[in-house]
Amino acid sequence: MTQFFNDVIQIVAKHYPFLLRGIGYTMLIALAGTLIGLLIGLATGVLRTCPLSKNGFVRMLQKLLNGIIAVYVEVFRGTPMMVQAMVIYWGYAYATGGSTLPLIPSGIIIVSINTGAYMAEIVRGGIISIDKGQFEGAAAVGMTHWQTMRHIILPQVLRNILPSVANEFVINIKDTSVLNVIGVTELYYFAGIIKRESFQTFQTYLVVCVIYFVLTFTVTRILRLIEKKLQGSDSYVICGSQSDPNAEIRVPKKQEVPND
Amino acid sequence: MTDHSPVIEIKGLCKSFGSVDVLKGIDMQVNAGEVVAIIGSSGSGKSTMLRCVNLLETPTGGQILWHGKNVQTEIESIYKYRASVGMVFQQFNLYNNLTVLQNCTLPQIKVLGRSKAEAEKTAKDYLERVGMLPYQNARPSQISGGQKQRVAIARALAMNPEVLLFDEPTSALDPEMVGEVLSVMQQLANEGMTMLVVTHEMAFARDVSSRVVYMNQGVICEEGTPEQIFGNPQKQETKEFLARFRNN
Repeated sequence: MTQFFNDVIQIVAKHYPFLLRGIGYTMLIALAGTLIGLLIGLATGVLRTCPLSKNGFVRMLQKLLNGIIAVYVEVFRGTPMMVQAMVIYWGYAYATGGSTLPLIPSGIIIVSINTGAYMAEIVRGGIISIDKGQFEGAAAVGMTHWQTMRHIILPQVLRNILPSVANEFVINIKDTSVLNVIGVTELYYFAGIIKRESFQTFQTYLVVCVIYFVLTFTVTRILRLIEKKLQGSDSYVICGSQSDPNAEIRVPKKQEVPND
Repeated sequence: MTDHSPVIEIKGLCKSFGSVDVLKGIDMQVNAGEVVAIIGSSGSGKSTMLRCVNLLETPTGGQILWHGKNVQTEIESIYKYRASVGMVFQQFNLYNNLTVLQNCTLPQIKVLGRSKAEAEKTAKDYLERVGMLPYQNARPSQISGGQKQRVAIARALAMNPEVLLFDEPTSALDPEMVGEVLSVMQQLANEGMTMLVVTHEMAFARDVSSRVVYMNQGVICEEGTPEQIFGNPQKQETKEFLARFRNN
């Protein structure tokens, strides 16, 4: 047993620069991929909910765009990211006659496109769950579709889909590991190197396993805190006179909710 | 208005949802300064008619004229048109992500292009008038239904509209909150605001409106002054409708 702990300590002590670099790249790719994927999702969400134009040409263009988005979502949701990585990376090499994209940007592009397909559906669900009255309240004062989305709908959508976005982020932290098939130097890739040097397969992957868990657990906790912060207070208390507009106004802190 | 052309003129308005004909040819006009109350039983097409006026619903037939111009074909921008026709909804439809004050300033800034300072000044004036200024930093989820509706009225007024449309503004309120909203509306009517009000509040229609329109099954059954409609209705349907209300 002490041998086992010695091995683990040895691996961490000897290879921590590899592990740290791996963590850095994993988190970079997962974070960038999630954020860019979210932007893709928001953009497709705005496009797909835009009312069809009266102008025939614009209407055709809208329908074409909606079709492209639908195909994009189906294809990238329906194929494994590991295969997508190979197809995109080597597809680029094939098309350009042998030149390849740098690895880290490749990884970010692949994760972004893949996440974007899921985010498109998450955002669409978020938008259709917003009460119709919110759209009508904005339309009735003369706001355009874009103004309505930008100022009224998307802020509410973002708050509502935060748990799903956090979920995607956690999935991405884990799934960047498949990028080792094209040689992206994320955490799992370094695990392979450490294993080949130390010949201690179990110990190495156990260490990496714990690291992945610490990463995902920390991220979910942080996002949960942000979510709570965004929820705000349930009540609004006016301290002082209601008839005096200058009376001091304070918003009480949200009460701690038990069982949460 | 020096010329007495109507502000809004509705000509042969029809609206169908699939095979259901909700509006079967409505003719009506609203002049500046008038308060027109639209009454009728549920399903008679009152709300649909109102929603057609600012094009929240697209009419399937007929015309809506705004100062003589067809709003579907002849006006320069549907957004500008909607900005000059305020609407107050049954379900308030305050923007849930914004504070009371922001609800009143955002449309002014984005649609009318007012500066933030100007928008806030206007918004605070109207919030004060509806008695909601102390709640300017509250969120819609933190205030009561009656308060929400008063904010919604302030939001509509802050756009300085020519006409205000009310779609059953008190129907979603608890009975004890109806009064505060009606008194704000009464005050507006006294100041000469042009209003088109779909309502189930017969007392309001009788006391505040200058004209009452009774709708039944997608057509205007009878219209006249409150005295005529409530005191001496001519049509059998109107009599029966009003009798049902009195019995309640």
